[in-house]
Amino acid sequence: MTDTPLLKLTGIVKQFPGCLANDHVDLTVMPGEIHALLGENGAGKSTLVKIIYGVLRPDEGEILWQGEAVSIANPNHARKLGIGMVFQHFSLFEALTVAENIALGLSDPKDREGLRERIVEISTNYGLPLDPDRAVHDLSVGERQRIEIVRCLLQSPKLLIMDEPTSVLTPQEVEKLFETLRRLASEGCSILYISHKLEEIRALCEKATIMRLGRVVAHCDPRESSAKQLAELMIGMELKPPSAMRAGAVDGPPRLEVSRLTLVSDDQFGTSLREISFSVRGGEILGIGGIAGNGQTELMDALSGEVYSGKPQTILIDGVPAGHMGPSQRRTIGASFVPEERNGHGAVSAMTLSENAFLSGHIRHSLARLGLIDHGKTTEFAQEVIRVFDVRTVGPKAEARALSGGNLQKFVIGREVLQKPKVLVVSQPTWGVDAGAAAAIHQAIIELANEGAAVVLISQDLDEIFTLCDNIAVIAGGRLSAPKAVSATSVSEIGILMGGISDPVGDSHAA
Amino acid sequence: MDFHYTSFLLSVVVASTPLLLAAAGELVAERAGVLNLGVEGMMLVSAVIAFAVAVTTGSSTLGILAGVSAGVLTSLIFAVLTLSFLSNQVATGLALTIFGTGLSALIGKAYVGMVVKRLPQIHVPGLSDIPFFGPVFFGQDVLVYLSFALVCAIYWFLFKTHAGLVLRAVGDSHDAAHAIGFPVIKIRYLAVMFGGGMAGLAGAYMAIAYNTSWSEGMTAGRGWIALALVVFATWRPFWLVVGAYLFGSIMYLSLYIQGFGVHIPSQFISALPYASTVVVLVAISRDRKRIRLNAPASLGKTFHAAG
Repeated sequence: MTDTPLLKLTGIVKQFPGCLANDHVDLTVMPGEIHALLGENGAGKSTLVKIIYGVLRPDEGEILWQGEAVSIANPNHARKLGIGMVFQHFSLFEALTVAENIALGLSDPKDREGLRERIVEISTNYGLPLDPDRAVHDLSVGERQRIEIVRCLLQSPKLLIMDEPTSVLTPQEVEKLFETLRRLASEGCSILYISHKLEEIRALCEKATIMRLGRVVAHCDPRESSAKQLAELMIGMELKPPSAMRAGAVDGPPRLEVSRLTLVSDDQFGTSLREISFSVRGGEILGIGGIAGNGQTELMDALSGEVYSGKPQTILIDGVPAGHMGPSQRRTIGASFVPEERNGHGAVSAMTLSENAFLSGHIRHSLARLGLIDHGKTTEFAQEVIRVFDVRTVGPKAEARALSGGNLQKFVIGREVLQKPKVLVVSQPTWGVDAGAAAAIHQAIIELANEGAAVVLISQDLDEIFTLCDNIAVIAGGRLSAPKAVSATSVSEIGILMGGISDPVGDSHAA
Repeated sequence: MDFHYTSFLLSVVVASTPLLLAAAGELVAERAGVLNLGVEGMMLVSAVIAFAVAVTTGSSTLGILAGVSAGVLTSLIFAVLTLSFLSNQVATGLALTIFGTGLSALIGKAYVGMVVKRLPQIHVPGLSDIPFFGPVFFGQDVLVYLSFALVCAIYWFLFKTHAGLVLRAVGDSHDAAHAIGFPVIKIRYLAVMFGGGMAGLAGAYMAIAYNTSWSEGMTAGRGWIALALVVFATWRPFWLVVGAYLFGSIMYLSLYIQGFGVHIPSQFISALPYASTVVVLVAISRDRKRIRLNAPASLGKTFHAAG
């Protein structure tokens, strides 16, 4: 019996318009095994697990569950078979309570009897504390993930699929999650663990299937491979470290100064900023770490001028009071911004690259004459961005949405960097971007700082912050910790700060 | 002219019931995440159909049933366009109202000037004869009692049953609901059709209980007030009752004041219910937190299942 694979996929094909997401994929998961599914964004991992969980139907291929051919019609069917899944973007309902959310995931009415007691029982058993009566929008991301896990465990699954579970957790929370997963595996539950974080996979998994561009390219034992080997299998080429060296901060007055920035969020689910102060000198890169939803979005909005910060003196850009200025005015005095969401925020998806280049570049590159767009100069500027940043596209007339995530991000960053800003604020510059593009983006940020610009890098990726930044601060619950030199701190210290300040929505009710 | 509390209250009940019925239906549709601005149109079509059937057959019951069916069918047009063909909900809802106004006028042409027997008021021997309380509590027509029963049933369904929880979940995040495996489109179809049926009931009430004749555009914006009421109640069923009776009182008062001979131009008084709708909505919208906490997060958004 133990020789029968729990799950065996053969020749799975899934075609989307314009993209072959899964090209004859094979995958075998044995009972009680922690199996890693490894690949870059866009490699087809998510498509594959959605097929296993019945969200998508394969165009071709066979699924064997405990040795028998099955056709998984929908997630309900998958759950009945014993497949549970924790999504990357949680499928939770903000307005409902924990117990209601869990009840929604249970298809059999019998499972819903005495639910609250069982939630408490399972969550204490597995060290996943949860209060069934709290509303989800009050909970931290880590707690939300626990809801999903508990929901799966209530149905005693044979296979638990985890889609990028740690991208939202502190290092300490990750360690706890791993303990839970190891315990589940020892009780006979198989785990299919999807990630592109190599160190985690090496710490947790005993088998790995590596995907690239929709195909399986390798199987290996991650404990016996180095992170570098895994990465190269994943991206299909040799990995080069960034070649530019950091010059370090120059002495002189700060180019960006924020003092006691307090903003009450008027969003029910938002985070209020409280007394945020920091300053960045020319040549310095300040990293702001933190778990998603702790005020990063609000801080980005305040720095870029999408939300005014009250008194002009709160934000000084190159010594000029800018708290009362909108984004265009701040660009005029030398700042540039790259928001987290490239589609629809950093760039307008339905507009061409030229038009997008004009939108943020027209002030400093004087791309408008007498109120009319200077098409010649605009196209030239767009072409320059495309050339310098190696954006793979048909040209400036391509629509932004036609570009892959990595290419569009290179374009957006390039557009800002080529304006030679004195202050650059970027949020999550390499989120969902392939390794090649990420390296190019890191390179550009380093070079810009070396030329004397002050850079603020808001990121959830600690590796990124530790590689690029001189100083690091952590945002938690809308408060920013005092910046520290990267050399004087450690990942675990930062991790504690990330989880540190509790009561994340504390005073948003007061207003 | 004396002020008769009993007749005043009775008239308020009659003025409020169609608002309550239509708003309760729309509340369910909106809780499922569908914004149907076609309430006024659905009410008008239902009113004329209910009236035509009641006149032809002489039966109020058949008239009411016909009105409900007409409401459901009209809402199906909206459902097919927005849920299956993914058209914009706001534009489609507005179109439905324009369509319903025209269609009802066309059908109603032949029935102008006819009169139907009013929906009978229930008479409970003994109880209905108590002065003041009797007529108000025990002497209404059957749809008034039904409207209260339906509001209670809607509350019970939405907040006490699993199916209601699923419906609210679909309205909160259709993507998450789809990922868990709920049939988002099917649930929304049912919610829209329920909303249509309730608008149908409200239309029928207008034609054979509030009035006993058909006239073009007789709902006079009540469908719009019903829509505003859902926001006023911040999507909570029992608050609909408060809102509906508040607006019903204002609507009736505007008639009453005119009859009373107060020297204010009648146009101002007729505008009172609509002006107060605007004022109340502005007041409610100042409390953004309460709206956000209760408003279905997916309201009005088109759902397109990937894959």
